[in-house]
Amino acid sequence: MNPRTHFRLVVLYVLVAALLLVLIGRMWTLQVLEGEHYKGIAAQNRTRDIVVPANRGMILDDRGVPLVRNRSALVVSVDRTTLSRQEDGGEGVLKRLAGVLGTTYDEISKRVRLCAPGIKRPCWPGSPYQPIPVEDHADPKRALQIMERQEDFPGVTAQVQAVRTYPEPDGASAAQVLGYLQPVTQDELDKRKGLKVTGYSGVDLVGRAGLEAQYDHALRGEPGFRKVLVDSQGRVTGTAEEQPPTAGSNLVTSIDAGVQGASEKALKHAIDAARKAGHPADAGAAVVMDVRTGKMVAMASYPTYDPSIWTGGISQNEYDALLGKKNGEPLISRVTQGQFAPGSTFKISSVSAAVADGNSLKGIYPCPGSFMVGDRAFGNAGGASYGPMTLHTALVKSCDTVFYRFGYLEWKRDGGIHPKKNPSDPMVKMARKYGFGKPTGIDLPSESSGRIPDREWKKSYWEDTKDASCKGVKSGYPEVRKTDPARASYLTAVAKENCTEGYVWRAGDAANFSVGQGNVLVTPLQLVRAYAAVANGGKLVTPRLGVAVVRPDGTVDRRLESPPAQKLGVDPKVLKYIRSALGGVTKEGTAAGAFNGFDFKRVDVGGKTGTAEVYGKEDSSWFASFGPVKDPRYAVVAMVSQGGFGASTSAPAVREIWEAMYGTKDKKPILKDGKLPSELPSMPGEGAAP
Amino acid sequence: MITGSKAGTVDGYAARRTWSGRLAGLRRLDMPLLLSVLALSAVGALLVRSATFQLLTERGEDPEGFLKRHILNLIIGFVLGGIVTLLDYRLLRAYVPILYGVACVGLLAVLTPLGETINGSHSWIVLGGGFQVQPSEFAKVGLVVLLAMILGEPRDGEIGPGRRDVLLALVLAGVPGVLIMLQPDLGTTLVFIAVVLGMLAISGAQKRWLVGLVGGGAAAAFAVWFFGLLKDYQIDRFIAFLHPEADPRGAGYNAQQARIAIGSGGAFGKGLFHGEQTGGHFVPEQQTDFIFTVAGEELGFVGAAVIVALLGVVLWRGLRIATQAADLFGTLVATGVVCWLGFQAFENVGMTIGIMPITGLPLPFVSYGGSATFANMIAFGLLQAVHVRRRPFD
Repeated sequence: MNPRTHFRLVVLYVLVAALLLVLIGRMWTLQVLEGEHYKGIAAQNRTRDIVVPANRGMILDDRGVPLVRNRSALVVSVDRTTLSRQEDGGEGVLKRLAGVLGTTYDEISKRVRLCAPGIKRPCWPGSPYQPIPVEDHADPKRALQIMERQEDFPGVTAQVQAVRTYPEPDGASAAQVLGYLQPVTQDELDKRKGLKVTGYSGVDLVGRAGLEAQYDHALRGEPGFRKVLVDSQGRVTGTAEEQPPTAGSNLVTSIDAGVQGASEKALKHAIDAARKAGHPADAGAAVVMDVRTGKMVAMASYPTYDPSIWTGGISQNEYDALLGKKNGEPLISRVTQGQFAPGSTFKISSVSAAVADGNSLKGIYPCPGSFMVGDRAFGNAGGASYGPMTLHTALVKSCDTVFYRFGYLEWKRDGGIHPKKNPSDPMVKMARKYGFGKPTGIDLPSESSGRIPDREWKKSYWEDTKDASCKGVKSGYPEVRKTDPARASYLTAVAKENCTEGYVWRAGDAANFSVGQGNVLVTPLQLVRAYAAVANGGKLVTPRLGVAVVRPDGTVDRRLESPPAQKLGVDPKVLKYIRSALGGVTKEGTAAGAFNGFDFKRVDVGGKTGTAEVYGKEDSSWFASFGPVKDPRYAVVAMVSQGGFGASTSAPAVREIWEAMYGTKDKKPILKDGKLPSELPSMPGEGAAP
Repeated sequence: MITGSKAGTVDGYAARRTWSGRLAGLRRLDMPLLLSVLALSAVGALLVRSATFQLLTERGEDPEGFLKRHILNLIIGFVLGGIVTLLDYRLLRAYVPILYGVACVGLLAVLTPLGETINGSHSWIVLGGGFQVQPSEFAKVGLVVLLAMILGEPRDGEIGPGRRDVLLALVLAGVPGVLIMLQPDLGTTLVFIAVVLGMLAISGAQKRWLVGLVGGGAAAAFAVWFFGLLKDYQIDRFIAFLHPEADPRGAGYNAQQARIAIGSGGAFGKGLFHGEQTGGHFVPEQQTDFIFTVAGEELGFVGAAVIVALLGVVLWRGLRIATQAADLFGTLVATGVVCWLGFQAFENVGMTIGIMPITGLPLPFVSYGGSATFANMIAFGLLQAVHVRRRPFD
């Protein structure tokens, strides 16, 4: 062997040894030094944390009757992650699935696409990593077909899940009070602490409205999790760790299914009657409150809908019907979110203000057919003239001019269109004391605050609208002028006033305010609370629906205490005077016709009618009541938007509710001795039969 | 090594005198080499089973199916190796033209419609009945023997091969080399380059040839890159090699998963057949090109290091055989085999632990695969053949 070859062989020896040492060195780093790091990665690689949603708690009425409970349903869901790993993006799987479920590929593919701006329902609003339910009434035979042929249906599962169901005891749907559930979004999941979510077993739902949203945390319980082993295809090969979910607690509410059902029926009857009489009657509310505690006994809203359509995805048609304006937006609770001019029902506040302002309870006040407010005549309904009268009579007969005068005189005293520095505005201040103009603080989300149109409000409103108004002055409304020159001239005049001095608190504003007209808006809930405050002797309560959170085993987790009531700040003598006057309304006043033949011996009901004019629409019909007059327990308010007179549409609805609560000759009362249960009900089991 | 000690015993011939029967024949073999290859084959068979039994079970097939075929391959391989050992390797020179021709025809055939594309490379000829042949594996044998013949011609006075021989070797090696590049099979091409460089060096060729080849190779690589001659997936693999985390679901997936599997094995591994990454099929091609990840995960650093050490023994014995060979032809045959197996082992293990880019090369003696097993066993037989007929005084 020549020396060159020999030398080079030695070099090759060294080279081979060096390369092998490089390998060993790198392996040492990878396996020994960084082994723990890679073990961690491997564990993540291999396992997936599956969230197991807890069984959601029920929502019960005051007697423990479920308003919402769960039923078991065989739900077929599709996992987008697995679908996207298919070569055709899952198209084949969905086509086969559509065949088995008896639907179309188009329909299913729409359901599993992600919601985004511009994408119409049906689409999936939840997290993309969550299995998407495509069928929640699956036939067990079909579900079995899917589970047995997993190789044909990768990413498709069929499992028994709890689904919300609405038994509607005594016809009580309370759809807007209960609210609805929607899948949790990825954002919300990311915000939830503690649990790193990489997978789901079933759908994690979140309350999006009503009590479901307000008490979501208590109802939802603690989701469990399961750490499952998966292979590289994401197929589950076993369970490594499991922490069972803690079922959600049940929510006992103050809603009484019987009264709720009766209120919904009464409201429906009122709407039907108003429509028969030729009114549009496009919306309405009926609400019953326990005046002593502020507990809500019934909250009915019209139009309404069947909340069970939320389970199992919702189609565009259904969604349009729910949210669409032309379908009356039934998701909106007219009790807490509807804002309407209160009309004469507002006079309890105006009387309180007038008396507090120095007008005597014993005084006699003129009630002419019309009253000149500045250069404009403000008249009574129908121009009726009653002559001088007491405040009692002013309420019983609902005389407006008495209140126009109060409002006008106060306005003049405050300096008129050149107000003094600190105007007293007694009507405005009293309205605020009654809780108008801001949310009541009820335990429901998205409550409206109504509107007390004071000087400040006028100014900010003017600032917002003056540009449009001034533009109207310049143009003179040419479009309108073509068809209706008179209206165009009127609009131009209004626009001119609004443009230059729209911020001025005018005499007309003060007068309108005194009778709950003009820009005054209240929610039916605010009004029922104000009447409760009159009835209970001056406590402005915070309305409450929740009574207690009760664990699934029946033990009480916590009682939901109402915040302490505020003092109304009205002389109890005045309140007593008002109660007595309202007691007269139903017997000899504006509501005497509606309460003709009412059994006042069973329950003496007092109330006030309201017929509020709404610009461009028909009148809002109101009736606000309380009873028994001597020892008030409940306040009941009904209203129908574009429903005609308060006395003719809403008063009969209120009467129907009182008769349901206290019974009549022919009908058994819902309330026993006029009382609601004061004890917490004993809990029923979760009767979830498949 | 070239001690020329006259007092030294003469292994082979002495053995024949003191031992008798079949044992005598065995005794003449290089025992560490034989035992290492046997050990690697045994470990390989276990790893092949570990990599496949779960998947086969899931598919409802015989869970030992791969193992059985692998054992059959090994038996055939050992028979082939045995036959080669028995041959007088010097007579191989007579068959080189035939071997070379068959190899080139085979490589040509895979480029025709007879060939089958597997994992992006057009490297297989399907024979039917579930059998397929990968001619490039056998071409490695052909290359080694061809180069040994050209570069190992007995010369007088000259210390290395002349220019004519070197050029002839390069041209003849270039033909199958280009055919393999056309498949395209980057891994085998790199093996060819390693073998050519190693054998040229050991043959005593002028330094300028080596420097020129390395320089030309670098220039060619640059040109290939510059003119975009690489396939996209090859570029992706290189990028994935440089930044495996850049695209963990795509090109970097293999690299990343391989590293996770091996790293998670730790010092002592999770136990044979207990690899969770292996069981979950996170690493693709796990019974063939990525079998080292099974070893890394299930046997840990200790077990994987033993495999590397066994490969080290094979290479060491191979170099020792090259040193002790009776003639330059024998030295070059052994050198070629060492360069081939050495580079292939380094590339294969290296790509699983992230120090080499990913190419489609099996781990010698360990990976599943008929053609590779047969070719490796023939290489093993060549080493033994050279060893049996080594120089008497050494």
